[in-house]
Amino acid sequence: MRFIRPIAALVWKDLLLELRSRDIVVSALVFGFLVVVVFNFALKVTPQRVAELAPGILWVAFAFAGVLAMSRAFVREREQGGLEGLLLSPVSRDAIFLGKALVSFLFMLVIEAALLPVLAVLLNFTAFTFTLLAAILLATLGFAIVGTLFSAIAVQTRSREVMLPVLFFPIILPVLIGAVEVSGAAIGGGPETGVVTRWLPLLAVFDAVFLVICPWIFSIIVEE
Amino acid sequence: MASGQGTAASSSGNTAFFGFPGLQGILLVVTAVLMLVDLYLIFLVAPTDAVLGHVQRIFYFHVPIAIVSFVAFFVVFVASIGYLVTRKSGWDSVAHAAAEVGVVFVSLALLTGIVWARPVWNVWWTWEPRLTTTLILWLIYVAYLMLRSYVPNKSQGALYAAGLGIIGFIDVPIVYYSVQWWRSIHPSAVVGPLADAGALEPVMQYVLFYSMAVFLLLFLYLLLERMRLRNIEDGLSLLRFSQRLKQSNMD
Repeated sequence: MRFIRPIAALVWKDLLLELRSRDIVVSALVFGFLVVVVFNFALKVTPQRVAELAPGILWVAFAFAGVLAMSRAFVREREQGGLEGLLLSPVSRDAIFLGKALVSFLFMLVIEAALLPVLAVLLNFTAFTFTLLAAILLATLGFAIVGTLFSAIAVQTRSREVMLPVLFFPIILPVLIGAVEVSGAAIGGGPETGVVTRWLPLLAVFDAVFLVICPWIFSIIVEE
Repeated sequence: MASGQGTAASSSGNTAFFGFPGLQGILLVVTAVLMLVDLYLIFLVAPTDAVLGHVQRIFYFHVPIAIVSFVAFFVVFVASIGYLVTRKSGWDSVAHAAAEVGVVFVSLALLTGIVWARPVWNVWWTWEPRLTTTLILWLIYVAYLMLRSYVPNKSQGALYAAGLGIIGFIDVPIVYYSVQWWRSIHPSAVVGPLADAGALEPVMQYVLFYSMAVFLLLFLYLLLERMRLRNIEDGLSLLRFSQRLKQSNMD
């Protein structure tokens, strides 16, 4: 309970801020939609190639929109000295990390929930299958955990808009591969059920590994 | 701490090299001689490969360079943990120097690999687990160096870099296995001798081991040299800073 209350307070603070300003989710959403449209023209998506191309488009859109949302989440803390305030408050660093990660997770889920139907309509595939939703949940969790660590780092650097993706994508690659594999199997609906039973647990394992390492590193390196 | 180190290096830095040899000087001479011997062994002693011909000789560069780059990143990992635990700037400078040398070596490993892959596999590049992991390694440690130079506060940069040095190294096996599982579903288009270390002739093996040892020495030399150079740079900037301070006080 002592651990959960500060996390809940942190999440509520960020949700309230977002409800009043709406700048993170809306801008990331529009950007993600733009990615989908650009890919549609860049790749010439025909009905025969949907199963092949849709998972890639889906995850590039989600990942880029997510990176945009996560970098904004810490910029907001920094502008008014909010991060110093958080660190001074009698809350453990782990709780701060988990609160921020949870907020990023929720923001990304909202963005994805809005993008997924649009993608399904534009590319003509069935979006609401259990496998695809499970892949989205697990991969988004991994994205939020790793992304929170690196956006806390990137926000302190010059040219932070570049630093977050540069740090984030090489590390998150295993999760991205798993997400694309499972989504491919879910959208293609082919005989590749082995893909799902192999990658869904792996995604959970990756999430668990990052959930151990990232809060630990965060609590050590985030100072003053 | 930093000031003491810096001034000591800037006063003795010039003489350490030419006046009396010092550790680096000895290491440089030894490595240079052994490297010449290595070239002799590779081009004149090692037998020509029966199937691949002379192009196979790049193997004696490629494998040691790749292994040295992994060693370098392991050094970054260990030094990063050391820095986070002790907060001594010595660990940090080891990690920084090892990352710089490691990026040079991993770039060379990728380039020699590409040059070798073309005649042997008939493609420049394939998304095979080892190649992909090496490329991701390159990306992670380029990001590491970028992070170092983009953080305005130096001690903060050291902390962040240490965090990345740890998570980056832990990530490498995960990347390797995930790419392996990914490739196992889409079998590689390349048909050819993927297993390069199948059956090596004894002479080839000796040359390879010797070459590996020489490249490890080269790595050690470059590491120490880079640390010494950074020490001098730090001393110099400290000197400039105090000079400016003195001038502004006089004005």
